Amino acid sequence: MGADGAPPPGAGAHGFRARATAALGDPQVRANFRRAMDGLMAKRAALFADPAEWRAMRALGASIRARTLARLPELLERLEERCRANGIEVHWAETTAEANEVVLDLLRARGATRVVKGKSMVSEEMHLNDFLEAHGVESLESDLGEYVIQLDGETPSHIIMPAIHKDRQQIARLFGRKIRDAAYSEDVDELTATARRVLRRKFEEADAGISGVNCAVAETGTLVLIENEGNGRMSTHVPPLHVALMGLEKVVERLEDVPPLLSLLTRSATGQLVTTYVNMISGPRSPGEKDGPREVHLVVLDNGRSRIYEDEELAVTLRCIRCGACMNHCPVYTRVGGHAYDAVYPGPIGKVLTPQMEGVDRRHELPHASSLCGACAEVCPVEIPITRLLVRLRAEASTRRVGSTVLGAGGARSGGEALSWRLWKRAFGSPGAYRLVSWLATRLGRLPVPRLGPLRAWTSVRTAPRPARRSLHELAREKGVPDA
Amino acid sequence: MEEVGANGRPGTVYFFGTCLVDLFFPEAGLAGIELLRREGLRVVYPQAQTCCGQPAFNCGYRDEALSVARAQVALFPEPWPVVVPSGSCAGMIRTHYPELFAGEPDEAAARGLAGRVHELTEFLVDVLHVSLVDRGEPVKVTWHASCHAMREAGVAAQPKALLAQLANVELVPLGRERECCGFGGTFSVREPEISAAMVEDKAADVAATGAALVLSGDGGCLLNVGGALERQGSRARPRHVAEFLLERTRGR
Amino acid sequence: MREGAREAILGRLRAARRGEDGAAPSDFAVVREKRWPEAERLPRLRRLMEAAHAEFLEATGESWPSAVRDLLVEAGARNVMVGAGSAVEARLAEAWSGLPGGPELLRYDRPVEELKGVLFGSVDAGLTTCEGGLAETGSLVVVPTPEEPRLLSLVPPIHLVLLDPATVRDGLWQLLAEPRFANGMPPNALLISGPSKTADIEQTLAYGVHGPKRLVVVVVPGGATPSRGS
Ligand code: SF4
Repeated sequence: MGADGAPPPGAGAHGFRARATAALGDPQVRANFRRAMDGLMAKRAALFADPAEWRAMRALGASIRARTLARLPELLERLEERCRANGIEVHWAETTAEANEVVLDLLRARGATRVVKGKSMVSEEMHLNDFLEAHGVESLESDLGEYVIQLDGETPSHIIMPAIHKDRQQIARLFGRKIRDAAYSEDVDELTATARRVLRRKFEEADAGISGVNCAVAETGTLVLIENEGNGRMSTHVPPLHVALMGLEKVVERLEDVPPLLSLLTRSATGQLVTTYVNMISGPRSPGEKDGPREVHLVVLDNGRSRIYEDEELAVTLRCIRCGACMNHCPVYTRVGGHAYDAVYPGPIGKVLTPQMEGVDRRHELPHASSLCGACAEVCPVEIPITRLLVRLRAEASTRRVGSTVLGAGGARSGGEALSWRLWKRAFGSPGAYRLVSWLATRLGRLPVPRLGPLRAWTSVRTAPRPARRSLHELAREKGVPDA
Repeated sequence: MEEVGANGRPGTVYFFGTCLVDLFFPEAGLAGIELLRREGLRVVYPQAQTCCGQPAFNCGYRDEALSVARAQVALFPEPWPVVVPSGSCAGMIRTHYPELFAGEPDEAAARGLAGRVHELTEFLVDVLHVSLVDRGEPVKVTWHASCHAMREAGVAAQPKALLAQLANVELVPLGRERECCGFGGTFSVREPEISAAMVEDKAADVAATGAALVLSGDGGCLLNVGGALERQGSRARPRHVAEFLLERTRGR
Repeated sequence: MREGAREAILGRLRAARRGEDGAAPSDFAVVREKRWPEAERLPRLRRLMEAAHAEFLEATGESWPSAVRDLLVEAGARNVMVGAGSAVEARLAEAWSGLPGGPELLRYDRPVEELKGVLFGSVDAGLTTCEGGLAETGSLVVVPTPEEPRLLSLVPPIHLVLLDPATVRDGLWQLLAEPRFANGMPPNALLISGPSKTADIEQTLAYGVHGPKRLVVVVVPGGATPSRGS
């Protein structure tokens, strides 16, 4: 350890540590997450029981995503062209504000005031519900987990299971409070039935459906959506207008790229071989069809992705297929839960993505909130080297490198921290200085020292480390171990 | 490899002790050297060595990391294997030196070093194919797999293979064995609350095994888990695997 | 502004484009080789789908209309909706004609705009055909058509699907490589692997959250309407 250990200036700006500490103090949150993550890890492991198959699938997943990124601009153009040929309108948005405007314009032009939504992390980036509500449009989440948190005015705590932080008692009380005629029940089937009753009416009445996209196929102009509940199909097939939202990295080149990615996605996310529904949409209602939306629109959102793309190393961030396995396996996420991150994307991928989207100066505490244990990268189905990116972003936050394209680069430089590392370099960079440091440590290290800074943090749950009386250097000399 | 003796073994090896072993677990370092010597190897310990540079590297201070790493690279000029009693530091050199030194004048030397670095148990098993004879009393131990040993250095099976050779040693599997103990270098002091929650769980899992010793190949984990065990008043003690192996087999 | 957005985004991406690095073709061997002998496909599909709470009914080309009828009666379904003008409709109408009581045969014969109230309000079951099944994942391949609209398999609480075992393929990768899809995707194509479900409350599975509570696969060797050319 060389750092002074005190949180660098600005670490409290978003209060990760404060929120994490609060979460750690809530035994219920900790128990809910631990139980859920243990279950998800076991389910995933059962579906990747054959290591050779896992390695081959993962290499394939990584190669598909790498190929996609290598050709990203062409593929997006091709996707646009194929979608248009299929009757799907394509819109582009650089920012979330632009994307919100696109959606609102589409709704307004059709007099749509009631929207049902399928699960979409991009819509979370856009804070679309708040935006639409502020403009007089009812925007209702229909995924059960999303519905629950919308009802409670919260944000998702997990990208796949948004209400994972809540237990059934909390949901029962919430439904009792917010849903008219809902009899109080803690029975999961009854709670589900209550949501079904409310939401079916909404599906029937909706003027428009908004969804995310799991991948979009450039070759065929196909939007692929997967889900278990059927709310996604309801949102995309019942109302006359379907608006799909996608981050620009979600494109893939060919139809044959889809099956391996979906397999990796569902097995990694929830330990399912496949979701209940795989919905492949390649156009609106065709002549003669009796149902399906009359119009389908695709909104392609940038929101900082093209900036991430500019950096060769960081561009791998865009391989992510949002399976959530990295958070399910993260020992930090498991303990603090999703809300501590105060970000749309929590967990390891969130620690990589959020600072790049919002600025490493503002969110530099996120890449540091990791022991770099590597459990995330180990399970990532598309081989994103998450720990390596965390280290890179730590460097970007503290040092302004010439030519850096990272948002806010160098903006979290702390003089004290930089000085600590310079001193560390002095101490460990020359044998003479190190001899002195190690002599002092071994001779004086057992003296009682005031427990300040890092030592206080360390000793909160551990005894203070005690240096040996003599260093290995000394012992080796004594034993006649040759120096050369 | 130069000086390759009979049965493909090198004649001489370097020993890179690491800063944590140097200052906190020198007996483990000495044990590592002894384990190699009694296999008939000449062990060279360059006295000018300090630290692999990982702390600064992981914090994003690449220049500082590079300058400390550079001082090490120069100390291992001969093409002998370099044995390290730490999966974390071996992983740092093997995996990260090539990128840290990319484009530097000493890149070739750094790559050369990266290519002949071995974690100690990996070297004992994969290169030396040692066979051990247990001379100790029956004892129950558990194994803490360091994250960097597993995931950076790719060392997981070797230490267990060595322990399995010891007839009187019962290895009790540790619950959630692959989960991090919460050390993470500066992480433990930057995010002390989370680190504390992690190490408390780990220490509880260790205590639940009923083992007298928790063994590991990494000093950071041993300081962390050992400190938490001591604070919790647990009977289980931390021990570096090198020291344990030597103790059990001494007198051969 | 939107045209500007398109050019700005694509411009940045093009400027950052790093040649064909990483654009190497992918090796699909691991998915290509996931195959099952024909005799194992239906049993595997059935095992996986039953694990996902789908139900199976074994029937023949002759018996399936009465098997379906019995199931609906047992389930207390007042009616079942089928695609208007489909071969299935004709077959059921013929087989059930003159039988007393039993479920009413409804037809999806108008645009959804005129049918929503009935569809959401009073249809108890929907019956569709499928293009086949997938052994790998235990899925049915459903391609809605003008005769068999999309919502038949989604809105009614019970979904019955007629499956010819000979149409069970290996997996999605093999399916999408078939000319039927590779040469042009239909406006909508679906895989359905069980009844609608959720685990959003405490990881506890609950069925029928939005879509069908029951998915019944009616296995008809040789096909339900052989004239359709199965
Ligand atoms: S980073 Fe990898 S593991 Fe995490 S959500 Fe993305 S694809 Fe999944």
